[in-house]
Amino acid sequence: MLRFIFSRLLQSLLVLVVVFTATFFLIRLKPGDPFKGEKAMPASVLAQMNKRYALDQPLWKQYFIHAGAFARGDLLPSMRYEGVQNSKIIKDSFPVSLLIGLSALTIALGVGLPAGIIAAVRKNTWLDYSAMSLAMLGICLPTFVMGPILQWIFALKLGWLNVAGWFERTDWILPAATMGFIYAAYIARLTRGGMLEILNQDYIRTARAKGVPGKQIVIKHALRGGLLPVVAFLGPAFAGITTGSFIIEKIFQLPGLGQHFVGSVFNSDYTLVQATTVFYAALLVLINLGSDILQAWLNPRIRLT
Amino acid sequence: MTAAASAIPASLPRGRSLGQDAWARLRKNKLAMVCGVVLIAIFLMCYLGPLFCTYRLDAQDLELKATPPSAAHWFGTDEAGRDQLVRVLSGGRVSLNVGLLATAVSLIIGVAYGATAGYLGGRTDSVMMRFVDVLYSLPFMVFVILLTVAFGRSMWLLYLAIGAVEWLTMARIVRAGVQAQARMEFVEAARSLGLSNSRIIFRHIVPNVLGPVIVYTTLTVPAVMLLEAALSFLGLGVQPPNSSWGSLIDQGAKSMETYPWLLVIPAAFFSVTLFCLNFVGDGLRDAIDVRSGKD
Amino acid sequence: MSAIIEVKDLTVAFHTRNGVVRAVDGVSFRVEAGQTVGIVGESGSGKSVTCYSLLGLISQPPGRIEGGSAIFGNQDLLKLSEKDLQKVRGSRISMIFQDPMTSLNPFLKVGTQLVEPLRLHQGLDKAAAWKKGIEALAEVGIPDPATRMDQYPHEFSGGMRQRVMIAMALITRPQLLIADEPTTALDVTIQQQVLDLIKDLQKRLGIAVVFITHDLAVVHEICDVVNVMYAGRLVESASAADLFAHPRHAYTRALMRSIPALQKKGEPLYTIPGLPPDLSQLPDGCAFRARQIPDRQALCLTTKKPPLLEIASGHWVQACPGCVEGGLPL
Ligand SMILES: Nc1ncnc2c1ncn2[C@@H]1O[C@H](COP(=O)(O)OP(=O)(O)OP(=O)(O)O)[C@@H](O)[C@H]1O
Ligand SMILES: [Mg+2]
Repeated sequence: MLRFIFSRLLQSLLVLVVVFTATFFLIRLKPGDPFKGEKAMPASVLAQMNKRYALDQPLWKQYFIHAGAFARGDLLPSMRYEGVQNSKIIKDSFPVSLLIGLSALTIALGVGLPAGIIAAVRKNTWLDYSAMSLAMLGICLPTFVMGPILQWIFALKLGWLNVAGWFERTDWILPAATMGFIYAAYIARLTRGGMLEILNQDYIRTARAKGVPGKQIVIKHALRGGLLPVVAFLGPAFAGITTGSFIIEKIFQLPGLGQHFVGSVFNSDYTLVQATTVFYAALLVLINLGSDILQAWLNPRIRLT
Repeated sequence: MTAAASAIPASLPRGRSLGQDAWARLRKNKLAMVCGVVLIAIFLMCYLGPLFCTYRLDAQDLELKATPPSAAHWFGTDEAGRDQLVRVLSGGRVSLNVGLLATAVSLIIGVAYGATAGYLGGRTDSVMMRFVDVLYSLPFMVFVILLTVAFGRSMWLLYLAIGAVEWLTMARIVRAGVQAQARMEFVEAARSLGLSNSRIIFRHIVPNVLGPVIVYTTLTVPAVMLLEAALSFLGLGVQPPNSSWGSLIDQGAKSMETYPWLLVIPAAFFSVTLFCLNFVGDGLRDAIDVRSGKD
Repeated sequence: MSAIIEVKDLTVAFHTRNGVVRAVDGVSFRVEAGQTVGIVGESGSGKSVTCYSLLGLISQPPGRIEGGSAIFGNQDLLKLSEKDLQKVRGSRISMIFQDPMTSLNPFLKVGTQLVEPLRLHQGLDKAAAWKKGIEALAEVGIPDPATRMDQYPHEFSGGMRQRVMIAMALITRPQLLIADEPTTALDVTIQQQVLDLIKDLQKRLGIAVVFITHDLAVVHEICDVVNVMYAGRLVESASAADLFAHPRHAYTRALMRSIPALQKKGEPLYTIPGLPPDLSQLPDGCAFRARQIPDRQALCLTTKKPPLLEIASGHWVQACPGCVEGGLPL
């Protein structure tokens, strides 16, 4: 197990290097210049700025200067927000994304798991059909349709919540619900599929032949195996929720990391793009590792080898 | 020699009757059939409809401004007085194009990669699939965004960029299928006949993993369309004056309180299309009776 | 002797997309205390479905029990509610299955699964049940049972797993054990061990056993009474001695001819020609007709299902004139 974790960490390091390299070159391929903002800069200031970020150096030198800084854990200051460290931008904005993401995931699991289990146990009944139709709706209604609908109902019509923004303590509800509903749909479908597969296994028949009551069969005998696909999905789902928050943050005007990432791409803020991308990649690597460990723990066959 | 030669064609008729069997089962699935018909209708409307529209795509009627649906403008007009009907239909064409072409790209890459890995097996296979695992753990939305800005906003590059990140699952599915097939008798037979590797892969193995691939392809199209719409929503997708359902929804969401039809109509078209694609995919899965290739 | 279970006219059908499959068609048999009753027949002849339906273990839908009764004690198993059946399963009637590799839950410790019937039916607490579990493992000949309890099924070999299944089935000391091809998936040496174990436990505990198999050699070894099934129907039923001495039905004789050990050396192995009929389109008359040797075929019933006739004391055979050796007493 330790060896597994160690080799995975090593591999993760490689991933981070690749991500950094790809980002470094891709963002520089984009037409546009980090300092060509609204206000034109005097040539001397521009030259100074270019010097500070090593933009006056040949590309390969730039690469090693930036890579070296990242390797030391220095994410460099932003090019756009002068003098602000990228690490501070991430530290300020990521908690917003994380809060939304975690509450969305909680909602998704809280709704999706029971719905999927019930649909599997009551297969081909109206309960199954209605749960699965709702899930299909969740998959087909993209966040940017779902979001405005929820805004319209709960903010504009009922006036219970703010349409957008990040001012009150309740502002997390609508974005988290929007995202949660969509992931709940995926989780419900996965749960149903996984449970159905397990409920057809021979060992479930054994349990029934022992006289185990239906509820206990589901909880004690089927759930562990049936939830494996969901656990496997949790990694990507959490990753998708935290790194895919661009749209939610745009709809609900949230000061999260996603907004900064998209903004930095538009502004050609090279260092901030690099910093956010590497941060996202590191986050993903950690999440995937955690999800693998959790899966191994759930599955005795992997756990013990 | 003769035994080997007869073993190969022997597998073909069975494949065809399997297809007929699946078609018979699919036909019994009412929901999937209805969805299929709706899809065809939407395709026809989007690809042929704009030809019959009286309004041009970018024809503005600034005096008219935004009006709700009427006899002259069935889907109403937007703030610039542009006819929504033609915009929604041609927007659909863009969305469907992206969906189909990006899926085709991912299909080509995924099938070639997965088939090669599964067929060669051994170390090559494990290295190739390890690479896929690594790619899986990249923040892929981030890369789609970076790719789209890096290579300009050309639509073709958009297809390519999306296809380039969507092939991973396809590769896994194909590999799993090929791996199972590569051990079958008729492949051994083909090998003993001295057929080349690539010929064996594409003539004998690929047809046999077609089922899962078809199913997954149908499910990739809506996923890709969703991605394109998300990019358009972020302002990274198709550029004006062109529109896609994603960009129309983006504009509609901004004015949903005052001009709800600008949001409702494209959103409805988009969602119904996704809905139908998913149900047809699910129906195909049941009809072809494939298990997901992931495990 | 008194019957432990008496099954009468059991009829089970599956309503599938491709029509109604008559998996079990009017099967009757009885099991007496301490007896081992065999059910033999080719794959697909309905042996498993017969036994599963006694315990309500067939999936409904598509399966449906269309008629018959199964008197166990003073209850008709076929009429019990799911809740009452749960009380019978694993406590008074237990089952073991064909494939030990898939019949144990890979996610639960062997011990946990083993003692589950005790916890459910006898309300034992964890510690007491665990102790009994260790004894039960020792009883079926698993070395070092205390450590084995804490392991997972994948750490056991196939034969060991089947031993665990047997221990689990017998841990509550049921009156009846249904063994559905318990040795088919094992290799030959292990087969014999498992068979000996079942025989031994059956003697010691005095339980009745229904033993399903398609292997007549196994039947010969352990069964007192044999029921031969073909295409969902009983074609012959007799004491083992009687059946092996005087097989009457053509299908039984064909089965016996195909036991490899009984065939003359040097002759090609005999297999019954043709395939069993499609159970969703059974012919009206004798189901074995299509596989009969040509000159007897003409004699087979074609219009009505041949009835079971007792042609000697305790020896029943399906009365199709074409299939019964030596003619039928009229
Ligand atoms: N769930 C089901 N749905 C449809 N048909 C079924 C189902 N279960 C069993 N059958 C049918 O019932 C018939 C009898 O099956 P059964 O499992 O009892 O055979 P068997 O004699 O136990 O064979 P084997 O030796 O292979 O175990 C088969 O023809 C099978 O096709
Ligand atoms: Mg069976």
